[in-house]
Amino acid sequence: MVIKTEPFVVNIGPAHPSTHGVFRMRTTLDGEVIVDMEPVFGYLHRGIEKLAEERTYTGCIPLTDRLDYLASMSNNLAYCLAVEKLAGIPVPERAEYIRVIMAELQRIASHLIAVGSFLNDCGAFMTPILYMIREREKILDLFEMVCGQRLTYNYMRVGGVSQDIPDEFLPALDKFLKEMPGWIDEYDRLLKENEILLARSKGVGILPRELAVNTSASGPVFRASGVKWDIRRADPYSIYDRFEFDIPTGSVGDCYDRYRVRIEEMQQSLRILKQAMEQLPKGEVRSDVPHLIRPPVGEAYGHIEAPKGELGFYLVSDNSIAPYRFHVRAPTLINLTALRDMMVGWKVADLIIIFGSIDICMGEVDR
Amino acid sequence: MTMAALPPDWPGGFWLHWGVFVVVIFVFVMATIMGFIWFERRAMAIMQARLGPNRAGPFGVLQPVADGIKVMLKEDIVPAKGDKVVHWLAPVVAFVPALMIFAVVPFQGGAILADLNIGILYIVAISSVTTVGVFMAGWASNNKYSLLGAMRQVASVVSYEIPVVLSIVGVVLLAGSLSMQQIVMAQDIPFILLQPLGFLLFFIGALAEINRAPFDLMEADSEIVAGFHTEYSGMKFALFYLVEYGEALAISAIVTTLFLGGWRGPLLLPWLWFLIKVILVFFVIVWIRTTVPRIRIDQLMALAWKFLFPLALINLIITAVEILVWPAGSLWVLVPINIAVMIVLVLLWSRFFKLGWGKVEV
Amino acid sequence: MTVALSGEEIAARLEEKFPGSVVESGADSLLVKSGSWLEIASYLKTTAGLDFDYLTAITAVDYYDYFEVVYQLTSIKHNHSLVVKTRCYGRDNPTLPSVVSLWRGADFQEREIYDLMGISFDGHPNLKRIVLWEGFEGHPLRKDYRRW
Repeated sequence: MVIKTEPFVVNIGPAHPSTHGVFRMRTTLDGEVIVDMEPVFGYLHRGIEKLAEERTYTGCIPLTDRLDYLASMSNNLAYCLAVEKLAGIPVPERAEYIRVIMAELQRIASHLIAVGSFLNDCGAFMTPILYMIREREKILDLFEMVCGQRLTYNYMRVGGVSQDIPDEFLPALDKFLKEMPGWIDEYDRLLKENEILLARSKGVGILPRELAVNTSASGPVFRASGVKWDIRRADPYSIYDRFEFDIPTGSVGDCYDRYRVRIEEMQQSLRILKQAMEQLPKGEVRSDVPHLIRPPVGEAYGHIEAPKGELGFYLVSDNSIAPYRFHVRAPTLINLTALRDMMVGWKVADLIIIFGSIDICMGEVDR
Repeated sequence: MTMAALPPDWPGGFWLHWGVFVVVIFVFVMATIMGFIWFERRAMAIMQARLGPNRAGPFGVLQPVADGIKVMLKEDIVPAKGDKVVHWLAPVVAFVPALMIFAVVPFQGGAILADLNIGILYIVAISSVTTVGVFMAGWASNNKYSLLGAMRQVASVVSYEIPVVLSIVGVVLLAGSLSMQQIVMAQDIPFILLQPLGFLLFFIGALAEINRAPFDLMEADSEIVAGFHTEYSGMKFALFYLVEYGEALAISAIVTTLFLGGWRGPLLLPWLWFLIKVILVFFVIVWIRTTVPRIRIDQLMALAWKFLFPLALINLIITAVEILVWPAGSLWVLVPINIAVMIVLVLLWSRFFKLGWGKVEV
Repeated sequence: MTVALSGEEIAARLEEKFPGSVVESGADSLLVKSGSWLEIASYLKTTAGLDFDYLTAITAVDYYDYFEVVYQLTSIKHNHSLVVKTRCYGRDNPTLPSVVSLWRGADFQEREIYDLMGISFDGHPNLKRIVLWEGFEGHPLRKDYRRW
C-alpha cells in the first residue's frame, strides 16, 4: 500500500536558532526529506555599497567592519589593499607584518566560531562552541590591546595601521601561540572521531569539485571540495609570499571535510603567526598619507583570502575624495549559490548542518 | 546491613498509607526535579567552562524556584488557529503519567506506594502515555515545527519501546518476578553485572524514550526550534519542562531499581543509597548530553531496529538459556561470561549495520 | 601569483574569432560589445589555454550615459585572470545576456545587479529582487537614485 503524502512548505528562518542571523530558507518538505529549498535574504541589507559612495576613502573603513563582523580585520585589510592599489600608496614593512598577524588571528577567531557553531548545529549541546568562544576571547583580548575594540576594530588604515602595537602585545601573542595548539587538540579529542558526528557529517552535503568551481565557491568550502586554491598562495598579497604554510584540502567536499579544513587552517595560521612574530621588523607603521585621499581616475580590485573565502573590493575612482563605486565581492553570498544542490534529498537535520558548514555571516551576505 | 523492610501498609492503615505516600512522592518528585534542574545546569556549566546559575540563593540553588515563579507569571499564549481544548489538555496528559510512574518505585524496603506484582509492566504501560500528550501538543499547536517534533517523538517511542521491554524481560527472568520490590530483593549481585548487555540496551533505549541527547530529536533546538512545545508558554510550558525532568528522574530511578540494586548498599541508609544511585545515573545522562552530537531521525530508527532490537532478542535468549542450565547459587561465574558476550556482540553487530540511509532521490 | 592576462592579446584573438566584437582593450582589461558577449564568454571558458572556469565577481557601475558591467574571470587551472567589461545603454530597461548558463556563480550576483542597478539579464533562470523586497521602487545603486 502506498500512503498518499503531500509536500508542505516550511519557512526556516528568518528567526530561527540555527540560521546564523536572519537568513530564510523556504523549504519544501516531504515528511523529513527536503524536496526543494530557496534561500531568501535581505533582512540585514543596509546599503553599505551606497553609503560608501558618500564617504571619504578613510571613512569607508568602519563600514567594512560591519560586513563580516566576525572577521572585521580581514575586511579592513581587503579594503585597504584595494585603496592602496588604486592610489599607489606604499605600506611600511612593519605595518605589513602587523596586518598579517591581525589577519591570521582573525582567521583563527572566525574559524573558531564557524567550527563551534557547526558542531552546535550538529546537536553537540553548546559544549564545543563554548570551548571555542573561550579561546576566541583570548584573541579578542589581543585585539583590544591594539585597538581598544573587540568586534569592529577599524584598525587598519590606507597605507598602514592606525597605531603601533603596544609593548605587552608580543608577549601576550607568544603565550597565545604556545597555548593554542593544545586547545585545538582538545577540540579534536572531544569530537573528531565521534561516531555520531561521523555518521551525521561524512558524505552529507557533498559539493563536487566541478560544481564548486562553477558556482564560484571560495574559502574553506572551496578547498574542502579538493581545489588547492588559496589566494594567499595563488595571488600573494601583502607579504604572504614570505611565509611557509600548507593549504589544507579535503577530498570529498562533505560537511566533515569542511570542518576538518577549518581546523587545519587554524594550525597553518598558527605557523604563519609564529613566523611573522619572529620576523617583525622595527620602524614606521603608517606611510605618509593625506587625510583626504584622491586616487587618480581608474579602478582597482583588491582581494584577500578572508576566513570565509575570497573577499574582494572593487573600487572605481573619479578623482574625488569618495569612491565612485564601491563593490564588495562577498564570499559568503556567492558560497550560498550551491546551497540548494547540496541540500536537496537530505533531511531537515542535514539542512541545518550543511548550512552551518558553509559558515555564513549575514552582515556580509546582505550588506 | 539489615534488609528491614517497612510493613506494606506503613505507617498503618490503608488510607493513611496512600495519603502519606502520595504527599511524600509528590514532594519528593517536585523537589528532586528542582534539584535536578539546578544540578544539570551547574554540571553542564562546569563541563562547558562556564559558571551556570549562581545568583539566586547559595550556589544558585534557588534558580529553579525563581524560574518557576517567572514562568507562572508569564502570559499563556494559545495559537489563534490552534485547537484550544487539546492545546490545554496536552501538558496534563503528558505530565500525569510521568508522575504516576513513581507509584511503584521502591525508595527503600517497603517504602512504596503500591507494591504491584506487575510493577515493571505498569511502568512500561504508563510511561508510553506521555507520548500521547506530546503528540496532542504538536497537533494542537498548528505549527509545522511542532508537528515535525511530535511525529519524531511518536516514531521514536514506537521503535524504542520494543528493545526496552525486551531488555527488561532479561531482568525479570533473573529476578523471577515483575514486582519492583522483588526485583531489588533478588539483586545480591547487581543486575548490571549479570545483564551488562541488557543494561546498555535499556539505557540507550530509555534515553531515546525520554528524548535526552543524543536522541533529543523531538525538541532539537537547532533544527525545529523547540519541537512540540514551540507554541507553549507560561505554566503549560513549565509542565512540559517538568515532564522532561520527571521522566529523566523516573528513568534514573528505574535503572537504579532494575540494574543497580535499588536501595541496597552498605553502611548508609537505604533511601540515601537510592538517592545517590539516582543522582549518579542522572549525572551520566547529563554527561552524555554535553558531549555527543544529535543523531538523525533515520539513524535513530536504524539504531532501534538494526542494532538494539536484534541484540535485545539475543540477550533474552542467552539469559533464558543461562537460567535454564546454570545451577542456582553460583551466579558470580556468569559475570565475566556475560561481559565478554556483550563486548563480542556489540563489536560484531556494529560491523553489520549502517546508520541511516543517507541521501534520498527526489 | 595570478597572472593578469593582457587585454590586448586576448582582444586580438577575439577579433580573429568574432570580428568587430571588441570595442577597446587595455593592459589589464577589454571592453566587448554586449551583443557578442555570451559567445565570447563561452569561448573564454572553453578554449584550451584560456580555460576561464571561475567567475570571480560581477560588478556594475553607473556612468549616467551607460552602465558598465565588469566581469572578473579567473582560471583555476592556469592561475591567470582577465577583466572583461561590457556596456549597456538606456536607463529604462538596460539588458545584457546572462552568463548563468556558463558560470552558475553569476546567479546571485546578477540578481543583485538587477535589484540594485536595474540591469536585466536575459536568460537568467530566476531574475527577481534579492536584497530588497518585491515592489520596491527604483534601483538604489544608480547614481540618480534619491531616497528623499
